[in-house]
Amino acid sequence: MPKDGGIGASSKRREDIRFLTGEGNYTDDINLRGQAYVHFLRSDIAHGTIKSIDTAAAAGMPGVVRVFTGTDFEGVGTIPCGWQVTDRHGEVMQEPAHPILAQGKVRHVGEPVAAVVADSPEQARDAAEAIVLDIDELPAVVDMKDALKDGATKVHDDLNNNLCYDWGFVEENKDAVTKAFEDAAHVTSLELVNNRLVANPMEPRVAVGDYARGTDESTLYTTSQNPHVIRLLMGAFVLGIPEHKLRVVAPDVGGGFGTKIFHYQEEAFCTFAAKACNRPVKWTSSRSEAFISDAHGRDHVTKIELALDADNNFTALRTETHANMGAYLSTFAPSVPTWLHGTLMAGNYKTPLIYVNVKAVFTNTVPVDAYRGAGRPEATFQLERVVDKAARELGVDPIALRRQNFITEFPYATPVAVEYDTGDYHGTMDKLEEMGDFSGFAARRAESEKNGKLRGLGVNCYIEACGIAPSNLVGQLGARAGLYESATVRVNATGGLVVMTGSHSHGQGHETSFAQVVAEMIGIDENMIEIVHGDTANTPMGMGTYGSRSIAVGGSAMVRATEKIINKAKKIASHLLEASEADIELKDGAFSVAGTDKSVAWGDVTLAAYVPHNYPLEDIEPGLEETAFYDPSNFTYPSGAYACEVEVDPDTGKVTIERFAAADDFGNIINPMIVTGQVHGGIAQGIGQALLENCAYDDNGQLLSASYMDYAMPRADDLPMFSVDHSSQTPCTHNPLGVKGCGEAGAIGSPPAVVNAVVDALQSAGKDVTHVDMPLSPDRVWAAMNG
Amino acid sequence: MAQVSMTVNGKAASGEVEGRTLLSSFLRDELMLTGTHVGCDTSQCGACVVHVDGQAVKSCTMLAVEAEGAEVATIEGQANADGSLNVIQQAFQDHHGLQCGFCTPGMVMSAAALLKDNPKPSETEVREYLEGNICRCTGYHNIVKAIMAASGQDVSAIAAE
Repeated sequence: MPKDGGIGASSKRREDIRFLTGEGNYTDDINLRGQAYVHFLRSDIAHGTIKSIDTAAAAGMPGVVRVFTGTDFEGVGTIPCGWQVTDRHGEVMQEPAHPILAQGKVRHVGEPVAAVVADSPEQARDAAEAIVLDIDELPAVVDMKDALKDGATKVHDDLNNNLCYDWGFVEENKDAVTKAFEDAAHVTSLELVNNRLVANPMEPRVAVGDYARGTDESTLYTTSQNPHVIRLLMGAFVLGIPEHKLRVVAPDVGGGFGTKIFHYQEEAFCTFAAKACNRPVKWTSSRSEAFISDAHGRDHVTKIELALDADNNFTALRTETHANMGAYLSTFAPSVPTWLHGTLMAGNYKTPLIYVNVKAVFTNTVPVDAYRGAGRPEATFQLERVVDKAARELGVDPIALRRQNFITEFPYATPVAVEYDTGDYHGTMDKLEEMGDFSGFAARRAESEKNGKLRGLGVNCYIEACGIAPSNLVGQLGARAGLYESATVRVNATGGLVVMTGSHSHGQGHETSFAQVVAEMIGIDENMIEIVHGDTANTPMGMGTYGSRSIAVGGSAMVRATEKIINKAKKIASHLLEASEADIELKDGAFSVAGTDKSVAWGDVTLAAYVPHNYPLEDIEPGLEETAFYDPSNFTYPSGAYACEVEVDPDTGKVTIERFAAADDFGNIINPMIVTGQVHGGIAQGIGQALLENCAYDDNGQLLSASYMDYAMPRADDLPMFSVDHSSQTPCTHNPLGVKGCGEAGAIGSPPAVVNAVVDALQSAGKDVTHVDMPLSPDRVWAAMNG
Repeated sequence: MAQVSMTVNGKAASGEVEGRTLLSSFLRDELMLTGTHVGCDTSQCGACVVHVDGQAVKSCTMLAVEAEGAEVATIEGQANADGSLNVIQQAFQDHHGLQCGFCTPGMVMSAAALLKDNPKPSETEVREYLEGNICRCTGYHNIVKAIMAASGQDVSAIAAE
């Protein structure tokens, strides 16, 4: 019987009411009295020296308040990077300055060069067109391997070369891995591309800066997944504003997927310009701007090799990856191909020896950073593709080969520095085999073939590391931040609660699921609990939402704060009931004395806390409000097994997804409806990467796929219904809810399933095709079949 | 500048606009009806869908002056008279057909237009009709399910919660 409230219930989302009636409050819906509008003039060439910027005509245009160029920011900080990677030789990465407006050179198409602030957005745009920009074009560095050649044009003149870092992991394992490959009975190798993507949350980025001269306080309204992080980075490193004079508000945010984690120039500009112009300044990104200014994702080129012994046991794994950083280091860019990628290379398998090499490269392209999954989809894709290829080379069943090599005992310390606490990889694979009706596949293939189509079945597993992250560990790995989370629980006199969390909801439904947790703990109705997030003025310092961390880290902070509330409330109840505190039990919203019929209601205790007439004032303070910070002791390790069935039209190369099944293990589940929705969305993004989406740059650094006319977003008619299950549950052992996180799984687990399925379909027709690079567009598939 | 007058959600609305002002801008910036969203600049995403004289229209594709004298309906006018969610809105909530909510106004307005013309659409018909509405969060599964449920069809056989 499904529950109708609390943990495990599919409670309907309370936030839906405002979103369904047009009453959401997104950043672009915020309009401040007297606000001006900024339009950025962006470079339309990828690499060049700025000879001159003539703003005279623009400054005289109607409605123009002020025109800014790079020289206005010479005394201001630059956009900081939040993670410093140390390379395999012990050297720290090369880290270029990242100006708010271009200084001297432009380094990617879309880099802001000048900014016009005017009374209306149209006036700002018109005036920006009147700026005369003279740029001496230089050769653009686009291809990563070309960028590393001797004598290559440098993206940054003040750096040694275009290599950000050359990372080896685990460097001490390198020789042993080499030896294992020499001793291997079989080696499977594969070169592949993890295609560059644009996150494309449907809400473009927006920033509104405001400044109060009377109090010297700045406020930034912004489309962010982590307003406190923006406050810290922008306040401390860019503009020099202390936290108590800077408020950052991220109201309703229309999707993030990683690209709204980062601190961007436009945020700093609007905050700076509001003070400089003494009026609010608003920027609303167009979609065209978003394509050339939102941090992109993925863009890895990898060679992976898997060594097996004569019994098909995996004995070693070796990878070499080139990872594109773009022209500047976005906030967490260096961590994505390293610690969020290398530590996942064991996957679900007990491969004893692993060596990962990553060369991060500067190019004249938009900066690249975390996109849903961030490093883990790249790890999973290469691993699950090479395992599938090995099975085909050895003539063994791909599922059997996986099962043979599964990790089965937990906790399990991998050779890539992480320790999985729990998992049941056979369990999720068993579930998948049932959901996917694999025994019926042969008949479905025969039916497809009767209709002139090829049919393929692809399967893969995944493991991810979520709940980011133990602060002391990530500090050692180069993070320039802690990764705890916070919550303040405020109980009001009449018993209602407000939970102020540092996590941020931008589609995940925290306002509903977080309330379910607190309702369960106290035994009261969910509607007595309000979840507040997204405003540094009324939430404790938090690190925000990414890396599937909200319920595992933010939820745990909320549990700890609520435990403090319950402990104090029990003290009050024991006083009211004249009983020993040890005998007080809380159940269904009432405190009772064990073994008696004496009880006092939740609301009577909360009232006593604020009207302390009969109250143990000598022992405890009045009031009922507690804060907790939670720093996890380990990552969480969701896992699962995915299956995809495709049909391929051999005449056109067009691939259609016929069936898709996902069996996930997320540990305990708070709201199954929301979890299922998260998996659906992740799968759609993964299928988008596998079949449709691609950032295509030409040799001059021009982004060819820079609008929805050219960048193929998944549409409703590109996708099937998904079969999703999360009944396999091995709870996390080190957080109080036993939760693992579910936000990225779908995007991590689905691309290899799709590609494995297409390869299976093509091989069923006798085609000697072992790999096709994503996206598997009709022309690529047709060429693979006919090449 | 030109004077433009229309009926929006049953009420008279007018204002001064430039010739280039889009209907979406007029609704959002002049009438402060910010439920209509703008998610692209190539008329692809459908977040801005409203009804003009009963037809679903991408309001970023129409000039405000073109709507002179028209009956315009936006997401703000869709709920029942007592403020409760209408059948389509309620189905979106019941079937978790929205996450971040940004594409949702356009999805609801498109769904209403579809069901007016095709009261019992098949799954394929719903998916083809939504070709001009992009959602990045849901994978469309629950949107399609919600629209079919709103049309009175039994969706219990469709997978998952």
